[in-house]
Amino acid sequence: MEIFDILLSATFWAAAIRIASPLIFATVGELICERAGVLNLGIEGIMIAGAFTGWFAVYSGLPLPAGVLMALLVGMAFGALHGTLTVPFGLSQHVVGLGVTLLATSMTYFTYRLALPEVTSPPRIEAFAEWPVPVLSDLPLVGPALFAQTPLTYLAFATVAAVAFVLYRTPMGLALRAVGENPAAVEAQGLSVTALRMGAVMAGSGLMAVGGAFLTMSAFNSFFFEMVNGRGWICIALVVFGAWKPWKSLLGAVLFAAFDALQIRLQQMPIGAVVPYQVFLMMPFALSILALILMSRRAEVPAALMVPYNKGER
Amino acid sequence: MGMEAQARVVLRLSGITKRFGPLVANDAITFDLHEGEVIALLGENGAGKTTLMNILFGHYSADEGAVELFGAPLPPGNPRAALAAGVGMVHQHFTLADNLTVMENITLGTEPLWRLGRGRAAARGRVEDLSRDFGLAVHPDARVGSLTVGERQRVEILKALYRDARILILDEPTAVLTPQEADDLFATLGKAVARGMSVIFISHKLHEVMAISSRVLVLRHGRLVGEVRTAETDRHQLATMMVGAEVAELEVRPHAPGPVLMGLRGVSTPARGNATGLRGVTLELRAGQITGLAGVSGNGQATLAALVGGLEMPETGEMDLAGAPVEGWSPRLAVDAGVARIPEDRHKTGTIADFTLTENAILESYGDARFSRRGWMDWRAAEGFAQDIIATYDVRCPGPATRIRLLSGGNMQKLILGRVLERGPKIILANQPVRGLDIGAVTYVHQRLLRARDEGAAVLLISEDLDEVMALSDVIHVISEGRLSPAFARGDMTPAGLGVWMAGHGFEEAGHAA
Repeated sequence: MEIFDILLSATFWAAAIRIASPLIFATVGELICERAGVLNLGIEGIMIAGAFTGWFAVYSGLPLPAGVLMALLVGMAFGALHGTLTVPFGLSQHVVGLGVTLLATSMTYFTYRLALPEVTSPPRIEAFAEWPVPVLSDLPLVGPALFAQTPLTYLAFATVAAVAFVLYRTPMGLALRAVGENPAAVEAQGLSVTALRMGAVMAGSGLMAVGGAFLTMSAFNSFFFEMVNGRGWICIALVVFGAWKPWKSLLGAVLFAAFDALQIRLQQMPIGAVVPYQVFLMMPFALSILALILMSRRAEVPAALMVPYNKGER
Repeated sequence: MGMEAQARVVLRLSGITKRFGPLVANDAITFDLHEGEVIALLGENGAGKTTLMNILFGHYSADEGAVELFGAPLPPGNPRAALAAGVGMVHQHFTLADNLTVMENITLGTEPLWRLGRGRAAARGRVEDLSRDFGLAVHPDARVGSLTVGERQRVEILKALYRDARILILDEPTAVLTPQEADDLFATLGKAVARGMSVIFISHKLHEVMAISSRVLVLRHGRLVGEVRTAETDRHQLATMMVGAEVAELEVRPHAPGPVLMGLRGVSTPARGNATGLRGVTLELRAGQITGLAGVSGNGQATLAALVGGLEMPETGEMDLAGAPVEGWSPRLAVDAGVARIPEDRHKTGTIADFTLTENAILESYGDARFSRRGWMDWRAAEGFAQDIIATYDVRCPGPATRIRLLSGGNMQKLILGRVLERGPKIILANQPVRGLDIGAVTYVHQRLLRARDEGAAVLLISEDLDEVMALSDVIHVISEGRLSPAFARGDMTPAGLGVWMAGHGFEEAGHAA
């Protein structure tokens, strides 16, 4: 069967990991927000803003790492906006999140048009190159998949490790998990609910923007409209799929990306001549819904997710 | 006087005033707390006890007045400062995160946030020492969500002890405990006081106040209306101070029971979400009899209430109405069969907050011929009905067109009571009928339930307040983990005896006997 040939090919897994990388950043970002009790639907717009910022910074002459940093900062700025409205002001997280997505999206497109009024096809940048790890990258299958990627992919995996460590091994992580479970418990122990939630939303939004920047700086090497194409919404589902746990969410992102890589290859096979290509496009989404149904039934949602906390209210 | 006069003042509240909109929750309250002293803060629901303690702990900021701890002023509105100064608070609604472990809940916020790793071993040792020294048995690695209410309270106390609290505030700590657990709590407090801890004990239960405190402060409508030494007062005087008037004693005359109106034999139901299912429940509700259901909340009371009210069906076992087996069962059929409900939560399931008194009065009977004809509402008749309830049941309100959310809890409950009793029900399901009401309203509701009993209704009284169950019930069952104890006749059981069943003991032996 040709499908097994695909599944056993190194290029397939390398593609899956590459496709997963932006999802990993954004999913972990969303996970941080939700663990602290804030649903961040600004994710889609923040990814678009991050994609543009990183690309434009490099296009304007900054080095690549500085572009990533700029994207992170822009993401944190939108996170500050989202956090201010949802945490101290306690507004509806759904409405604010969608508002941030609309604002970030249109501000990005507006800035793009202001900066490059004459351009019809967007300019390309010199993006991150692959950094094969000596020895490890020569391993069969695993080598090309995991150890011949760009630095941003390595950073994505490192971010998951760091977030998992902070969440479960440090007092800060304990406080973050507690504030998403019962903010009253956090306040009664003398910590600031507002500071913790604001910090989580800003940090998480920064990661979302870096996920967006991956698209322009490590995959497509250019910025165009609609390039994020719903990846943010997928990440919201991946957090649920991962039961609000960092490593499980990473697994979900890789799984989704593998389906995506598979459908591209299936389109090119003889079966692609018979079945309309839209069916293949749909496949990762249909399979994620299925996986969600199977995986997330026993997941423990942070108890205070989407519940604003108003100090001193009775 | 001698001892206390020499003891150091550890806490001084002066002129504390707090307003919520037009409501003055605390009005210029001033008092001192001494080292090693237990003071009871006594008052009815809404008297301002919890508000005052939340100001002391920094959850709220006072509008006027100052708090002084160990001689130093306490910055307002800052729990961290209160904790650092040695104030520990056991909230009425526990401030615990269910998904975290006991250790995590205790150590939360006690370490610098930006630290790699957590000092688990040392912390664990301290928690184990504290649990042993103060008799607070609880497993440090258990998830809080899996603990019983009594155990959660122990975690709350451990949180305070772990932070070296010198002043412990307990807000209605016994409301959720069995009598034995309450005794354990008092023993723990005794140990803490012996080591110089000062305690503020908030309660509206007079016998507890008499048992544990050395001084009683009485709050009424936000004002400090009395301060007495416990040794120099009695329950009657405290009740009068708390209510502001003489309290009528409830008079319960014995009454001969009639036939069985509803019978359950070996009924089991599945557990749904957090609600405990019933396990082989056998129960008879007789005409002219109040059947009391005692137990710690969450042991199947909600399911039994749902079953009687038509929201739940037996999965196994039999249910009959006046001897006739029940085939189909729904809230509508229950209403038609003469079951009337006083729901547990009058705000959520008893009334619709933004509906008028008239609309709320006919919520269960709007389809009756007297309120609607051929699908058209007769609002004049409905309003007349509401007027009757307002007059008969002494509902204090501007009129039937008032939205019910503007009424006090007691007046809301009187409207529900009127709605229930005016139907001439055969079976009355009274689930926590006096929770949160002041003493005057409590007495009124109890008298009405007794009168309904005397007129031949079967009353099922569900309450977590053992005193209430024992005062009103002709027969008492205890519910624990969905199982029902045998019926105990009035006067056959002591609170301690019922407490044994409430803690889940006794069922196995009964199982063998059956």
